[in-house]
Amino acid sequence: MTKVKNVVIAGLGGQGVLKASDILADAAFRAGFDVKKSELHGMSQRGGSVSSDVRFGDRVLSPMVPPGEADVLLVLEETQIEINRPTLKPGGVLIGPDVLNAAALKNKKSLNVALLGAVSTVLDIPEEQWLAAMYANLAEKLHTINEQAFALGRSAAIERKAADQ
Amino acid sequence: MTSERLLLSGDDAVALAALHAGVRLGTGYPGTPSTEILETFDQLGGRAQWSPNEKVALEVGMGTAFAGARTLVTMKHVGLNVAADPLFTAAYTDIEGGLIIVSADDPGMASSQNEQDNRHYAQAAALPMLEPIDSQQAYDFTWLGFEISERWKIPVILRLTTRVCHSKTIVHPRGAAAETPEPAFQRNIPSRVMIPAYAKPAHHRLRQKIAEIAAWNAAEGPIRLDEGSPALGIVATGIAAVHAREAAPEARQLTIGLTYPLPMERIRAFAEGVERLVVIEEGDPVLLDTLRAAGLPAEGKPEMYRFGELNVARVRRILAGDVSPEPVPPKGKPPELCQGCSHRSVFQVLKDLDCIVAGDIGCYTLGVLPPFSAMDTCVCMGASIGVGLGMRHVLPEDQARRVVSVIGDSTFVHSGITGLAEMVYNPPATGHLVLILDNGTTAMTGQQEHPGTGRLLDHSPTGKISFEALAEAMGVQNVHVVSAQDKEQSLQDLIAGLLAKPETSLVVTRQPCVLAAPKIRFYEKAAAEQASETHCPAETAD
Ligand SMILES: Cc1ncc(C[n+]2csc(CCOP(=O)(O)OP(=O)(O)O)c2C)c(N)n1
Ligand code: SF4
Repeated sequence: MTKVKNVVIAGLGGQGVLKASDILADAAFRAGFDVKKSELHGMSQRGGSVSSDVRFGDRVLSPMVPPGEADVLLVLEETQIEINRPTLKPGGVLIGPDVLNAAALKNKKSLNVALLGAVSTVLDIPEEQWLAAMYANLAEKLHTINEQAFALGRSAAIERKAADQ
Repeated sequence: MTSERLLLSGDDAVALAALHAGVRLGTGYPGTPSTEILETFDQLGGRAQWSPNEKVALEVGMGTAFAGARTLVTMKHVGLNVAADPLFTAAYTDIEGGLIIVSADDPGMASSQNEQDNRHYAQAAALPMLEPIDSQQAYDFTWLGFEISERWKIPVILRLTTRVCHSKTIVHPRGAAAETPEPAFQRNIPSRVMIPAYAKPAHHRLRQKIAEIAAWNAAEGPIRLDEGSPALGIVATGIAAVHAREAAPEARQLTIGLTYPLPMERIRAFAEGVERLVVIEEGDPVLLDTLRAAGLPAEGKPEMYRFGELNVARVRRILAGDVSPEPVPPKGKPPELCQGCSHRSVFQVLKDLDCIVAGDIGCYTLGVLPPFSAMDTCVCMGASIGVGLGMRHVLPEDQARRVVSVIGDSTFVHSGITGLAEMVYNPPATGHLVLILDNGTTAMTGQQEHPGTGRLLDHSPTGKISFEALAEAMGVQNVHVVSAQDKEQSLQDLIAGLLAKPETSLVVTRQPCVLAAPKIRFYEKAAAEQASETHCPAETAD
């Protein structure tokens, strides 16, 4: 059995955290993995902290990422990094809003998808599944702008990786 | 089973199964985490409607089930308290069409006022209870629930929990059922009219049904056995079963799907084959107590794990008997009333007037948080009016005059109307003031319609209750409507004036929820367009 990949996405209500985790879960689903995705709805609409767990692999049991076991932590809002850091496993990848230049986004609302672009560079899911999942989860009029955002995030992460090496 | 493979939330899986199983009507009242079931059922093409509250929803569902239609009734855990009166006696009746009552529990209180464990209701009312572990089981158990319900003519409770409702997991659906029977009235007085003469034999019949279902559960019920070392045997239910499997993959595990009535022979046989028997269940020790009462040497969880949800880490600790303090999760940012929310100005006024506020449940409960801190009580839906009246009855006059009951529009329809009757019937000496914060929607649970909005679950137009006309008809002495255009100052003056009078008063503050407002405008426009199409001058001329 290959290991289960654990991803946690966090931010504030209204930032599209749940949408981002929907897209990620759907991309993993399309890539043929067993997938479970979990989150708490409810008060998230009113601007409070939100987080969502996505787990995929051959067989996933609990839908929740145990504390300290996230392979990847994606945080959409600077202030939410510290409170979510305990979910990350030692040596796990943290992706924060600063991996890309948000000013380059045509629409601020597509930050969630742009950051998924960055996440896509560290997960074993083919790019076409990411795009298919994005199309399936977003209204058609948002496709182009989010495609651009995804590409921006993806190339920013690749550049950063190259610079780090 | 078809080859189709879907990624669905537990709520959506129940809705899809209801559609496939031929449910003719879904009724319910919104409540996290159950709300999406009926919304999805409607979007999939099912017939779904919101009732004013859970009691009415269940009563409508009993009617459809008596008439031979497969029926789904949905609510959150506390909703079953409201529906408990029909629930207990529905258990005595014989139903024709399958009836599933969804109780969506919220261990950990992600969005609820308590974390009551509704497994107690199954035992107390003697109703079969199914507890899925994931979306596939939520789908399968909806089907199974209808089969059990129709075979034994008994309502079935499908107990979901927040993590099952809102987690997405993979589902292989079966596809739609062949035709289901057409509803038709069949007179069956002794099994549907619960006067003592008929209810006494009905209670015996109920116990007989439960004994038969227990035997069926042991013989062919939805039980899963995971092989493993006999050193540790785990008996688990619901979402806790998957946490347990992950925490102790080496253990032997029995996961029970129909958790009332229990398959005792199966559990006893399992217990005999293991050295250590541990029950892993979220919430109260319901399963544990039953196993112990049956004489099984079962271990439960330390008391600290009764509180909140379980997860893999907590199950590991339970198995290790670890009662050391758990790491406290860092506090996130709390939610607050949206900028521009119509509730804000009301709470500012209540704060400025130093009111004693008997509050209620909805977005406006956030008025309890700074900067307003303008709520003194909040218990259950509708309680604001009774609690406010009670305080008025006994407080010294200067304090009694400051008491105000604050209730949302959906909550008022749900269970505030009887409170208003109480105010008219037993008015305190100082009078009383009720504020209905009418924002034109059930905002808290994601903007559902209710009988005060004049729109159905699918947002198409229907009859509309006027709160002010209702209050006048009930005999409330002063009835006022304050609209969005009115300034905070005039609201303050109005409230101060009414508090000074020893009379009964109702003020409706009417301004749409800012998140819902664009949609409300859209629905109103669509309704107006449709009305002008159906009433074209040529048609009305004759
Ligand atoms: C018995 C019961 N059913 C359902 C709920 C879930 N719930 C909490 S508040 C609420 C209604 C809120 O609507 P409204 O009163 O209009 O206030 P708003 O949120 O719009 O401010 C609902 C459905 C509950 N807490 N208790
Ligand atoms: S959702 Fe609506 S009612 Fe709730 S806080 Fe926001 S504006 Fe107010």
